[in-house]
Amino acid sequence: MKRFLSNNGRKMALLAVLVPLLALFVYVVLRSGPLASIPVTVITVESRALAPALFGIGTVESRYTHKIGPTAAGRIRQVDVQVGDKVSVGQALGEMDPVDVDERIAAQASALKRAEAAVLGADAQTQEAAARRDYAGKQAGRYEKLLESHAVSEEGAGAKRQEQQIAEAGFAAARANLDAARQEFSRVRSEHAGLIRQRANLRLIAPVDGLVVARHADSGTTVVAGQAVVEIIDPANLWINVRFDQLRVSGLRAGLPVRIALRSRAGQMLAGRVLRVEPLADAVTEETLAKVAFDDLPELPPLGELAEVTIALPETPVAPVLPNASIQRVDGHLGVWLVEDDALRFAPVKTGATDLDGRVQILDGIKDGARVVVYSQRALDSRSRVKIVERLPGVSP
Amino acid sequence: MISLAGRDLLHSWGKFVFTGVGLGLLIGVTLTMAGVYRGMVDDAKVLLDNSGADLWVVQQDTLGPYAESSSLYDDTYRGIRGMPGVARAANVTYLTTQVRQGGRDVRAMVVGVEPGRVGEPGQPGYLVAGRQITRGHYEAVADIASGFKLGDDVQIRRSHYSVVGLTRRMVSSSGDPMVFIPLKDAQEAQFLKDNDAIAQQRRRTAANPAFDRPGTPGLLEAVIASQSTNPYVNAVLVQIEPGYAPEEVAEPIRRWKRLQVYTRVQMEGILVGKLIATSAKQIGMFLVILSVVSAAIVAFIIYTLTLGKIREIAVLKLIGTRNRTIAGMIMQQAVGLGVIGFVVGKIAATFWAPIFPKYVLLEPGDAARGFAAVVVICMLASVLAIRAALKVDPAEAIGG
Repeated sequence: MKRFLSNNGRKMALLAVLVPLLALFVYVVLRSGPLASIPVTVITVESRALAPALFGIGTVESRYTHKIGPTAAGRIRQVDVQVGDKVSVGQALGEMDPVDVDERIAAQASALKRAEAAVLGADAQTQEAAARRDYAGKQAGRYEKLLESHAVSEEGAGAKRQEQQIAEAGFAAARANLDAARQEFSRVRSEHAGLIRQRANLRLIAPVDGLVVARHADSGTTVVAGQAVVEIIDPANLWINVRFDQLRVSGLRAGLPVRIALRSRAGQMLAGRVLRVEPLADAVTEETLAKVAFDDLPELPPLGELAEVTIALPETPVAPVLPNASIQRVDGHLGVWLVEDDALRFAPVKTGATDLDGRVQILDGIKDGARVVVYSQRALDSRSRVKIVERLPGVSP
Repeated sequence: MISLAGRDLLHSWGKFVFTGVGLGLLIGVTLTMAGVYRGMVDDAKVLLDNSGADLWVVQQDTLGPYAESSSLYDDTYRGIRGMPGVARAANVTYLTTQVRQGGRDVRAMVVGVEPGRVGEPGQPGYLVAGRQITRGHYEAVADIASGFKLGDDVQIRRSHYSVVGLTRRMVSSSGDPMVFIPLKDAQEAQFLKDNDAIAQQRRRTAANPAFDRPGTPGLLEAVIASQSTNPYVNAVLVQIEPGYAPEEVAEPIRRWKRLQVYTRVQMEGILVGKLIATSAKQIGMFLVILSVVSAAIVAFIIYTLTLGKIREIAVLKLIGTRNRTIAGMIMQQAVGLGVIGFVVGKIAATFWAPIFPKYVLLEPGDAARGFAAVVVICMLASVLAIRAALKVDPAEAIGG
């Protein structure tokens, strides 16, 4: 009897070890490997309108940049402004070394005075010639009358007539001389004025009210014609040169409101609007360019700072909407996995508008109310056994 | 009819079960080692599966993009897209780097893909949480093995990315989790040096008299700008039109585009045969030794277990038990021990496999082969034990 009990007890103990072991084994075989079902999450398709948006990045740029430099090669004598200075229109920013311009102006001034004196001299000569001519004319008239009364000889009268003609010619020459002197005076005066203008051109003048953002060269530096010495921008006119991927740029047009996030002010959204869409796109980077202006800028951001620009586009018509995670490509077709009576079926779809939160409108392929797989633990095929769960294992809420 | 084996088993069941569990743990280690080897090969294969490509177009005379570095101009794909039989072509970059998040950094393979083109080659095929990349910059989809969570802010080189989606089993051939980021960011990340290096580079360029010429203002700026761009990608992934054979599409690209093209079969050959060949052989060698050692230990255990019962066997012989019955008892016990061992081993391997840092793939085929091997080894070992048992002199039962 005792032997039997002990035997029975041992049998029970053995079973108590073996049965859970076997159960665990069956569990393990069913939960891993090809027999295991794949956890998936599903979503029911709903129709709604999407608010698509565009996202691009760009850099803050000044709308107008004035690069002030000399028009001829030369050495800088002085630069009067520093970066950050506010300047007003007409203000002198610096000056190029005039080299010999001042001396040439002085020479021209002397030449001008000389020309003025030459005019006076020619004028006096003209008066003298006029007096000679008048006297010769009178003498010739007197001798004509005397000849009529035969008081003088024909030869005497002829000599006086000749004198008159010589005096006439002398007067014409004096007039011409005066004219030439006046022209010379005018030429020298113009040259003098030109040199003074050139002297003024050596000064670097602010063409607008603005802010000095760069000072490229200092006094003593030799610069070539057209090289910028100082750069001025208009701080009230900033824009962002934004680049958008051409893939999703449809609907972008001037006037749309935008939200701007500057890299230096993370979390702070600034308002703005699209100023224009550039007619020329970037063929190399496959991006479309646009200019975005700030509505209101509290303080000047550094030019060249990175900015993220989000543009809200007009809402689309109502259509079935799915998360983009549910769309997969199987055998070359874009589609979704439908859950129908716990079985999977792949339905090819045609996708439409998307928004930045990852929602996609489905133009064709599924209808409202369909149950579509969003996330899956493994890649699916039509024979996969699935188990619908709230959240996939290993994914924290 | 009384089962002799069962009766004996009941007599010393504790010893039997504990021996079985011990054996099981050993078998579990062997199965796990097989899983490690399979996981290694699987890592290489999922890399190819996940890329979704039929053809890999890479730089001429390279084994890129995984086994060797390869670089192509990023507009090459336009020409390839126009080739006959090409359905889709997409640029892709691969860069294995440390991805920083908070105070830690994770070794990851950063993959640059064209954003917003779901289903294009190179894109993550399925997600376990979140969404695919929609913005053209600064978003990332990370593999769950990286430990990143949705909404995390991760840093790759100088840029910060927010994690918007999670994938699973998207790993490089060395098992590093993948992090998908937009192509343009990836191109920059691949090229981008740290800020100090950029400043040094600018200084060096400025110091070079050839670039800083007084008579040519703007030359230095132009040179520096051209130094800081990266118009390269690592590969173009191609999906082919239905009805075309991969080689049929690959050959014209090789011939006319002067680029190297690999088909799926060739790529698998490169990855499995070249990239992970040595480490896989290393693990494979270890697996072989472990299997031999396990087999030997199983055989010894069964042999010594039988020898421990030699007195009882002698008694059985003395009372005239037939040799067949004794042999049957020993063999049944050996096979039973093997089965318990296998069950324990399989359970143990399944439970500790997910704890391994790299992927361990326990294939049902391996388990079946392992089971067959265990049973055969047990039977062979029991044959040795049976020989010893049958040779025993019944007189020993009563002898001192």
